[in-house]
Amino acid sequence: MLEELFPNVIMENLWTATYETLYMTVISVIGTFILGIILGLLLYLTDRGNLWSNRVINGITATVVNVFRAIPFIILILLLIPFTDFLMDTIRGPKAALPALIIGSAPFYARLVEIALKEVDKGVIEAAKSMGAKTHTIIFKVLLQESKPALVGGLTVTAIALIGYTAIAGVIGAGGLGDLAYMHGFQRRNNDVVFACTVFIVAIVFIFQWAGDFVSKRIDKR
Amino acid sequence: MISIKKLSKRYQTKDQVVQAVDDVSLEIEKGEIFGVIGYSGAGKSTFVRLLNRLEEPTSGEITLDQQSLTQLGKNDLRKKRQKIGMIFQHFNLLWSRTVYENIAFPLEIAGVDKQSSKEKVDELIELVGLKGRENSYPSQLSGGQKQRVGIARALANDPEVLLCDEATSALDPETTDDILDLLVSINKKLKLTIILITHEMHVIQKICHRVAVMEQGKVVEVGDVLEVFINPKEKTTKRFVQQLSPLEHDPERLKDFITEDESKEVVKLHFVGGTARRSLISEVAKQFDVYVNILQGSISQTQEGSYGTLFVELDGERKVIEASMNYIRNSGVEVEVVTNA
Repeated sequence: MLEELFPNVIMENLWTATYETLYMTVISVIGTFILGIILGLLLYLTDRGNLWSNRVINGITATVVNVFRAIPFIILILLLIPFTDFLMDTIRGPKAALPALIIGSAPFYARLVEIALKEVDKGVIEAAKSMGAKTHTIIFKVLLQESKPALVGGLTVTAIALIGYTAIAGVIGAGGLGDLAYMHGFQRRNNDVVFACTVFIVAIVFIFQWAGDFVSKRIDKR
Repeated sequence: MISIKKLSKRYQTKDQVVQAVDDVSLEIEKGEIFGVIGYSGAGKSTFVRLLNRLEEPTSGEITLDQQSLTQLGKNDLRKKRQKIGMIFQHFNLLWSRTVYENIAFPLEIAGVDKQSSKEKVDELIELVGLKGRENSYPSQLSGGQKQRVGIARALANDPEVLLCDEATSALDPETTDDILDLLVSINKKLKLTIILITHEMHVIQKICHRVAVMEQGKVVEVGDVLEVFINPKEKTTKRFVQQLSPLEHDPERLKDFITEDESKEVVKLHFVGGTARRSLISEVAKQFDVYVNILQGSISQTQEGSYGTLFVELDGERKVIEASMNYIRNSGVEVEVVTNA
């Protein structure tokens, strides 16, 4: 029955592509999380009236973040080819997609992190200061802890955007479900392959969304 | 214990300079509950934040136990802050931590080991009456319970002073009284100096030993609570005192009772200190052949004794009225005959 509906789908290829998509997504979500938290903290802390209030650093960080957010992802991949080649020693396959994926989504996540940190009650920070807390205590035990549900929520949104990015990266040779849909599906007029890939990508998105919501709800004690 | 000299704080906003605290000098004794009262915008919130340098003073000096706070470096200031507890109007608890973890937080900051920390937290939970709620999150607590957590947290590092920033202003009257009782018991038990700021005279009257009245960044009046109550000098102070006994300053309503009739006399009784507890009115009614008709009045309990005013009408023979007034006077209560002026 399934073979009649999807005559051109080779299950082995589909699973390999799914694995590649998951690989790209998971690794780049981790990278985006780390880089995004650093950038987001920098944006927040150097903002006026905050712990490291510094107009110059804030301005530079904000500009970098804005510029990278402004570049369309497909163009960013092309621009980063020399950098990717230098870093990964290849410009093909899932591994080669990682630098572009991380650099493309970290600035977006950084803005979400900044918003999450701004939501932390200033009074709680003041209370920590009145207890004699060091800056790193305030960052790690107050700011990041108190904003955790929002940080997880933001990461879920970013991860789903990243799944979309992996498909775009696939079109120019990164592998994964996007690659399969484009090369074996669209190019060869195999609509069943395109459809199967779509179903798998949607399923992955749903799983990420559900997992994100679940974690976010679990850690929200407000 | 705490000596504040010529303390000032100026803000530079876009189009003006705001003098939030203006040349304030105060001496606060060890073990006392010192109240600072003022309307919003009087600078009291800024004042209390200058004391642990959450706000940096523009000029002036603060010394705590002979040590200058204003000259401390960043690191020493952090250490010193561990010995200055603070509680807030909106509690400022970490919602991601349980009651237990919130109280343990200042101990983590001070680098206390897990075992000693546990002992201390358990002791504090007992002290503020939150036994059984250790594992609740702040969102599961009532306002009064949240402030109890705030108090326990502020006491964790055995502070020398406790700063209270409008600590009861977000609570209902009944909970306010509970929290105030807790502060008094802590003050007595731990001999802890408490500085509290508020806009409610009720709070000052109930727990403070001394009070400073602030207006436009300046301290306009300071003294023992009872003294300030009985004899307020400044207009702002008078307005605050009036909050508690609004009737006292309303002679209009007494007018109808004041007559030319010889057998009736309206008198104002002024209670100061311990005598207000005695059942003076019943004594008079029993010993003399007069009817005592209470018209209006109020008696307040302060930390230094009771204080209040009572307007009564004495109804009886002229001689007996005179005798009973003498009796009241001899019991240490001021008597003043009210006439239509």
